[in-house]
Amino acid sequence: MVVGKMKFTFQKRVKLAQGLWLLSWMATLGGAVTFTLGCFLKTELRRREEVMDNTDIHCVPNTLMIVGLSSMVINYFAGRICQDALDVGRFPRWKTYLKPYFGCSVFFTTLMLISVILSYIMKGSLETSLKIGLKNGIRFYKDTDTPGRCFQKQSMDHLQMEFQCCGNNDYKDWFEVQWISNRYLDFSTKEVKDRIKSNLDGRYLVDGVPFSCCNPSSPRPCIQYKITNNTAHYSYEHKTEELNIFTHGCREALVNYYMGLMNTIGAVVLSVFLIQCSVLTSVRLLQTSMEAIAGQENVEIETEGYLLEKGLKETFMEYVDPVLKLLLLNQVFPPEGKSEVGAAGTTTTTS
Amino acid sequence: MVLLKLKFPFQKRVRLAQGLWLLSWVAMFSGAITFALGVFLKTELHRRSEVMHSMDIHIVPNLLMAVGLASVGINICAGKVCQDSLDPSRFPRWKTFLPPFFCISIFFTFLLMVAVILSYALQPSLEESLKIGLKNGISFYKDTDTPGRCFQKETIDRLQIEFLCCGNTNYRDWFEVQWISNRYLDFTSKEVKDRVRSNVDGRYLLDGVPFSCCNPASPRPCIQYSLLDNSAHYNYEYQTEELNLHNRGCRQALVSYYMGLMNTIGPGVLSVFLLQMTMLVSLRYLQTAMKPVLGQENVEIETEGYILEKGVKESLLEMKTKVMKIIRFTQVGDASAKALTTDPEAAATTSAPEKAATPPG
Repeated sequence: MVVGKMKFTFQKRVKLAQGLWLLSWMATLGGAVTFTLGCFLKTELRRREEVMDNTDIHCVPNTLMIVGLSSMVINYFAGRICQDALDVGRFPRWKTYLKPYFGCSVFFTTLMLISVILSYIMKGSLETSLKIGLKNGIRFYKDTDTPGRCFQKQSMDHLQMEFQCCGNNDYKDWFEVQWISNRYLDFSTKEVKDRIKSNLDGRYLVDGVPFSCCNPSSPRPCIQYKITNNTAHYSYEHKTEELNIFTHGCREALVNYYMGLMNTIGAVVLSVFLIQCSVLTSVRLLQTSMEAIAGQENVEIETEGYLLEKGLKETFMEYVDPVLKLLLLNQVFPPEGKSEVGAAGTTTTTS
Repeated sequence: MVLLKLKFPFQKRVRLAQGLWLLSWVAMFSGAITFALGVFLKTELHRRSEVMHSMDIHIVPNLLMAVGLASVGINICAGKVCQDSLDPSRFPRWKTFLPPFFCISIFFTFLLMVAVILSYALQPSLEESLKIGLKNGISFYKDTDTPGRCFQKETIDRLQIEFLCCGNTNYRDWFEVQWISNRYLDFTSKEVKDRVRSNVDGRYLLDGVPFSCCNPASPRPCIQYSLLDNSAHYNYEYQTEELNLHNRGCRQALVSYYMGLMNTIGPGVLSVFLLQMTMLVSLRYLQTAMKPVLGQENVEIETEGYILEKGVKESLLEMKTKVMKIIRFTQVGDASAKALTTDPEAAATTSAPEKAATPPG
C-alpha cells in the first residue's frame, strides 16, 4: 500500500528539483533564524536567573538551538541532493546515505514541533521557579553583607524598576519579611523594640516597601512607609490610592513577559517547521521518482514518485528494527556461546 | 600652470573608470549610513527634548541627514558618468552638466566637515540648554496638576532612574526648590508652618530628594529625607555616605551621553568625507582625461588629466567672473526690458515736438 503516489514527467521532475533548491535555501535561513531565536531566549532567561529557582525552562531554548543547527545541516544536504538529482551519473552516490538522512531529518523536524509544545507546557514550571526565586530574593534583600546574597538587593531593585512591579504576588509581600537589615536599626529606640516584640521571630516588620516599588507616574511624591496608615499622610487613603506604588506582582509581570516572547518565537518556529516538512517531502518525492531512471538510457521517461513504499506502520518498523537489532545484538550472542561450551563440556566428559 | 597633472594611457583610463564605478557604489552606501546616523542622533535628542531649552544642537543631525541624502544623489550621478565615460559617443552629453555638479558636490562634502566641527563646537550650547531645561524640570516637578507641566515629574523621575543621576549639578539642587506640592501638605501641622515661615517666599523647603535619586547599589534601604541630619538616621553620616543617592548631576550625565554618541559618529563621518573626496578627485581626473579623446577617431590615445587647468587663484577668479556674468545677464535682461517699455513714450515725446515744429514751417 503505497502512500502519496504521484506521476512525474521529465519536465515536472526538473521543476521539482529547481523548486526544491530554492526551498532548501529558504529553509536553511529558517534554521539559522531558529538558532538565533534560541540564543536570544537563552540570554533573556539568563539575565533573570537570579530570581529563578531552577533552570528547567532552559530546555526550550536549548532544543531550539539544537534544532536550528541541525536544520541548517539537513537543508544544506537537501540542496546538494537536488543539485545532483538531475544528473543521472552523480545521483547514485547518495543512495546509501538517504535512508539514515531521512530518519535523522524526520527526528529533528519532530523535535522542532516538540519545542513549540514544550514552551507552553513549561509555563507552570516557570511560574513555580519564579515564585520560589522571588520569595528568596525578597527574604535576602537585607543581606547585603552576606557573600552569595549581597547582590539580591540590587537585582530585586532593578527588576522592580524595569518590570514596574512590586513584590511576589503584590506589594504586601514586603510586609511579611524583614527587609531592613539589623545593621541600620537602632535597638535602643522604643519604636524598634515594640516592633520586634510584636512578633514571635523577633523580626522588624514594617508596613513599608523599598523605593524601587515607587511608581514615577504618581502625581504625588512617593509614600513608601506607613502605607496602610491613612492618618500618617495628609490627604491619603491607601484603599483608593492606585498610582503611588506598582500594583502588579513581579511573578505575574515576568511570566507575561516570557510567555509573550515564547508566543512570538513559537509562531516563527511553526512556519519554519512547515517549510522544513515541505523540503523533506519534496526530497523524498524526487528521490523515489529518480529511482526508476537509474541505469536506464532514456532519462526523459515518465516515472512515479511516492512518499512511503509500504504503509506508515511497516515503514516505521523498518527504520526502528536496525536500531533495535543493534541494541539486542549484544544479548543474542552469550546464550549461543554458553550452549557451545556446555556441548563441548559434555563431549569431553562422555569421551 | 596646471594643478596636479597626470598621464593617462587607455588602459589606465579604463581602470580608473572601473575603480570609480565601484567607489561610487561604496560612497553611496556610506551616504546612506550617514543619513541613518543623522536620523538616529535626531531621535535620541528628541527623546530628551523635554529637558532641553533650545533646539540649537539639532543642526548637527539635520546637516548629517541633508548631506547623507545629497551624497546618495551625487554618487549615483558619478556612477552614471563613469559608466558613460568609456563610450565617446555618450560622454559629451555630460559636458555642460559636470562643472556645476562638481561645485555642488564639493559644497556638500565640506558640509560634512562642518557637521563634525559643529558637533564639538556646540557642546557649550548643549550644556546651557540642558542647564535651563533641567532647572525648569526641577522647578515644575510638583506641578502635576498644571496643564503643560503635568508630565515634568514623570520625565525627571524616569531620567534620574535611567541615567543614574540626581538634580541639575548634584542632589543639593532639590533642597532649593519646593518639589512637594501644597496639595499634599498639612498646613495645620507645626512642622509645615515652621518650614514655610523659615524663608522669604513661603516655600516648603526640605533637605530631601525624590525617590528617583535613590541608588539601587546602596547596601542600605534608601534615605530620602533629612539627608543633612546625621542624628535622624541610625549609623548615618552624610559627609561620608556615597552610595545612598546618585552622585552626579543629570546635566553632566546627559552631556557625557550625547558627547559619547557624537564621538562615535564623528570618525564614521570623517571616513565618509575622505571617501567622497577621493571619489570627486577621481571623477575630475576622468573628466579631464576624456576631453582630448572626444571627436577623435582613435580612442586609445594617451591623454593628460589634471585637477585644475589654471592655478587655484586663477580658477576661483574665473568662477567668480562667470557667476558675476550670470548675475549681470539677469540684470541686463531686466534693464533691456525696462528700456523697451519706456521707448514708445520717448518716441511719442520726440514726435510731438516734430509735429509742433512742422506747422510753423
